[in-house]
Amino acid sequence: MSGKIDKAAPPHAGSTAYINARIVDPTGGSEYLGAILISDGKIADFGPNLFASGAPYGIQSVDCRGFYLAPGVVDTRVHTGEPGEEHKETLESAGVAAAVGGITSMVLLPDTEPPFDDASLIEFVARRARQVKLANMYAYGALTVGLEGKELAEIGLLTEAGAVAFTDADHAVGNAQVMRRALYYAKTFDALIVHLPQEPTLSGGTMTSGATATRLGLSGSPPLAEVMMVERDIRLAEMTGGRLHLTKISTAESVEAIAAAKARGLRITCDTAAPYFALNDLAVGDYRTFGKLVPPLRAEKDRLAVVEGLKNGTIDAIVSDHRPQDQDSKRVPFAQAEPGGIGLETLLPISLELVHGGHLTLPRLFQLLSSKPAALFGLPAGKLAKGAPADLVLFDADYAWKIDRDDLWSKTKNSPFDERPVQGRVLATIVGGRTIYRDDSFATTA
Amino acid sequence: MLDLSETYIDQNRSVDKRRDRLAGRTIINLFFENSTRTRTSFEVAAKRLGADVINMDVATSSVRKGETLLDTAMTLNAMRPDAIVVRHHESGAVNLLSQKVNCAVINAGDGQHEHPTQALLDALTIRRRRGSLEGLLVAICGDIMHSRVARSNIHLLQIMGARVRVVGPPTLMPTDVDKMGVEVHYSMKTGLKDVDIVMMLRLQTERMQGSFVPSISEYFHFFGLDRVKLQYAKPDALIMHPGPMNRGVEIDSEVADDLDRSVIHEQVEMGVTVRMACLDALIGGNRNQIGNGE
Repeated sequence: MSGKIDKAAPPHAGSTAYINARIVDPTGGSEYLGAILISDGKIADFGPNLFASGAPYGIQSVDCRGFYLAPGVVDTRVHTGEPGEEHKETLESAGVAAAVGGITSMVLLPDTEPPFDDASLIEFVARRARQVKLANMYAYGALTVGLEGKELAEIGLLTEAGAVAFTDADHAVGNAQVMRRALYYAKTFDALIVHLPQEPTLSGGTMTSGATATRLGLSGSPPLAEVMMVERDIRLAEMTGGRLHLTKISTAESVEAIAAAKARGLRITCDTAAPYFALNDLAVGDYRTFGKLVPPLRAEKDRLAVVEGLKNGTIDAIVSDHRPQDQDSKRVPFAQAEPGGIGLETLLPISLELVHGGHLTLPRLFQLLSSKPAALFGLPAGKLAKGAPADLVLFDADYAWKIDRDDLWSKTKNSPFDERPVQGRVLATIVGGRTIYRDDSFATTA
Repeated sequence: MLDLSETYIDQNRSVDKRRDRLAGRTIINLFFENSTRTRTSFEVAAKRLGADVINMDVATSSVRKGETLLDTAMTLNAMRPDAIVVRHHESGAVNLLSQKVNCAVINAGDGQHEHPTQALLDALTIRRRRGSLEGLLVAICGDIMHSRVARSNIHLLQIMGARVRVVGPPTLMPTDVDKMGVEVHYSMKTGLKDVDIVMMLRLQTERMQGSFVPSISEYFHFFGLDRVKLQYAKPDALIMHPGPMNRGVEIDSEVADDLDRSVIHEQVEMGVTVRMACLDALIGGNRNQIGNGE
């Protein structure tokens, strides 16, 4: 893929009409041929009948040539290396990869060096995002000081500084008393707690327990480590009344436990990351460290359960869980390799597999990728509405290509989807009316 | 009891403060937990009524040598005191001790359970300023969970006809505290709205560092009483604090020292009179029987 990033695009002024587009409206649950009018960076109008007989004279117009136009992807789980590990990813390089991937808003995880457990770091992210001028960037606050799972971070002050949710990133809070107090305390500020449910004492292995791990001679983490923590967290959330969102759900038992909790009326939500519905533990293959993730890739039955959870609404959102690792971290024996895979650029094409496979409609997929995560995190994104920010993605859902790590824009190349044939590519990414990315194949009249 | 307390105010304010109403009576202050103000207050109260006061310093007593609470109680009881004033760090300890002695026992604070004389002195302070507690709205703010002062005040203020709110972060709220008849608020803005009395509680240092609240600065920012938050209360709302205060943690010096609003020093003064009344009611008068129980 080749295209052009345009950081220098000026703030959107005046009016631009995107006509002849197949519009995907996730909140309305519909898909139709129509147009979207953007004025001064905001959606001014949209619908199937808008400009049906062509855009009025004097308005800049973009012919979408029948491609899909949807609210931009909202990715609520992005690791970068800034500050601290800029050699892996900076906010700028992550912003570029996001733009290429059709992501218009992202929430940055707090596991940097230093971690986001101080209000000044939340302000740092906001300032850097203004300089980078690509996707909208938000930050999590650390849930506990130093992400150590011991002492509560300053959830109130971090909220005032702009933190949109709280998490210890890929560290699970093993101590139930700390988690209980965190959920209670966060209630004061109606703050959302995002937790990776993995019982730490059981999840020390390098891949998921099972036949593959046994054959490869690698230590295993049982899928049980996840559902145990899911069930603990459900009880704590019920007791405290705190807002809990479980992240990266990867096992059949977890999906079942969360479905049961939701059926009981608890306001628990959850997401999964693209690898958990697209890959299973065979992707670790002959010790491919790009397939080493947290939690580990699971068995095929778990993958199928995650797909089912996405279909039936048990799972509320899809994240990329973008986590860059350089050669030094991945070109080592499997057990020593750092976990994580990049995913900003591949999130949309991998997720489109769910549509091509007949599991989801496009509006449903964009609920999972855009409107629901935006609503959960309280972000002004993810919907087509008059006055909403004009954050949009224009894409060709059918274009076939093969993911090649060397063609990716991310600073590091550790994609678990390397060499995977996919369908779908982004033609343009629009943030606040500014076209920040445009594919070379999509020359516009603008 | 409050009426009786009022009778001592003038005596305490005069030059000659001593009466002999409790002359010949022996009172033991038995404090298992450090306390300067409460112990001194009880001691002053007893002496002003002419009683003999013995302060048992637990740090140097046989308790340190491994004596159990009940053995200590029995030993002291054998010395035939008229009253024992007890402070203990465990809830229920005073109750246990009172079952084993046949003199009067006054609870000067047990664990996280009760501190009855504090509630009485708070009620007296409020009554003197407002005439009555009937219909007043009182907000008790801060570390409700670990506070015996809060529990005693919740009981007494409601008996006296006041409405009580508790305000603090959820981590410092005891479970089901609303079952005690109080309104629960997690923000000072809603919790202080239209209240007549703002009662601040002390936050103990060991609770500040990340376990119950993230930090002192965050606690002060959201739950410390300062000018801005005080504006949510009624314009003439009174500020109370059982002491000792942590300035810059639960209360700003600016409001703590505001002579128009803060009645914190008056609380201390009323503490002596209330304790005099307690001692008088329990062991005062011409009783020949010594140690006739509580």
